[in-house]
Amino acid sequence: MSRIILINLLRFVVLVFIQVFLLKNLALYNLPVCYPYILFLLLLPFGIPNILLFALAFITGLAIDAFYDTPGLHAAACVILAFVRILFINITVSKEGFDNEPEPTLSVMGFRWFFAYTVTLTLIHHFVLFAIESFNLSGLQYAIGRFLTSSFFTVILILISGAIFFRRKERK
Amino acid sequence: MRTLWRFINRYNAFFLFLIFEIAALIIYVKNNSYQRAEVINSASGLIGRLNTEKDQLYGYLALKDVNDSLARENAHLRGLLKSSYYIDTATKHKVTDTVYKQQYEYIIARVINNSVNQPNNYLTINKGSEQGIAKGMGVICNKGIVGKVIYVSSHFSLVQSLLHKDSQFSAMLANDKEIGSIQWNDDLDPHKGILKDVSNNAQPKVGEWVVTSGYSLFPEGVPVGKVSSLHTKGGGYSLNMEVTLSVDFSKLEYVNVVNNKFGKEQEALEGQKKKDE
Repeated sequence: MSRIILINLLRFVVLVFIQVFLLKNLALYNLPVCYPYILFLLLLPFGIPNILLFALAFITGLAIDAFYDTPGLHAAACVILAFVRILFINITVSKEGFDNEPEPTLSVMGFRWFFAYTVTLTLIHHFVLFAIESFNLSGLQYAIGRFLTSSFFTVILILISGAIFFRRKERK
Repeated sequence: MRTLWRFINRYNAFFLFLIFEIAALIIYVKNNSYQRAEVINSASGLIGRLNTEKDQLYGYLALKDVNDSLARENAHLRGLLKSSYYIDTATKHKVTDTVYKQQYEYIIARVINNSVNQPNNYLTINKGSEQGIAKGMGVICNKGIVGKVIYVSSHFSLVQSLLHKDSQFSAMLANDKEIGSIQWNDDLDPHKGILKDVSNNAQPKVGEWVVTSGYSLFPEGVPVGKVSSLHTKGGGYSLNMEVTLSVDFSKLEYVNVVNNKFGKEQEALEGQKKKDE
């Protein structure tokens, strides 16, 4: 149990640092900016209580907001992401199948499930993010362009990180 | 009551979602408009310190560019020295000048956090109210205008850069002195701005300088950029033109905060007029 908490804490710190100090300055032709910090929320264990999940999503969002000077924006997107995560896991995973609280990683769940999971959650998170950010129809074309390209880059980064930390023996 | 409790418990995910989402949106809407959050922004204590550390690291990478621009500025300033002029009169008169009084004062500051690829961009600089910076002051660098101060803590200030949807400054064409207002282009390109609402009498040319007009926070004649295209949508009763900004916002290192000593007086006077109406 304490090992899970430690790993997640470490993951939170590392992802937030990478996001705000490295990826914040990274943009291709002003269009895509990627937000792979949501990987922290994706990889929280299955058994996590709903209230803790929402609180963590909220805190993660605020931490990113503090560095991006957009109070509440990422928090709102992350909370929606947490809600969709609960729905997605309820529909696709049976709770009885696991005994030692595994995490929804690429190595545990397999590529097909993990890919669908990542794509769904990333698209929803980014859509909400860009919808709230632009908030009107005048910049619609750019908002949609940013949304699609950013989602693409985020998904690629998350899948790469999944592949890097792939451990064959966990696969069932 | 029990049924209600069981109902809430069964759908707890949804209710928790509502609570947190509403909290996040309230924070967002409250801070989005003109008042900035006093806690959650990059000028506040811990995050300001972290950004300073990061900036010290990044500062080394930009040393070459900074050196170049300082050397150029040095050369320019040396050209203005008395010793570089030829004195052609033998006698000197000493005149105590009472005509001029210093109107603008500059406070130099270092940029410690910066962004150019968001729809609304802000800079954090390492000087604050203790060094005499106040809300509403203009910010320039040696190449042109940067933005205005919107939030001040004791050691840091947050600057709303020109690359921001709400930024709009008075500017004019350098040659025929036609007034307009400069703002960021819609397509989020950090090198392009739009000069709007220029009178139809103006005859702008591509490549003409656009400078500040002296009506807003900046002294007159600070460069903004060069006219790069005259064909922009919109306009109608007035001319709009695209401007290539002279400042490269992604490479900002040192900026000057402009303190207009007569600004308060002017504002008070103009405020009085509004009150009378």
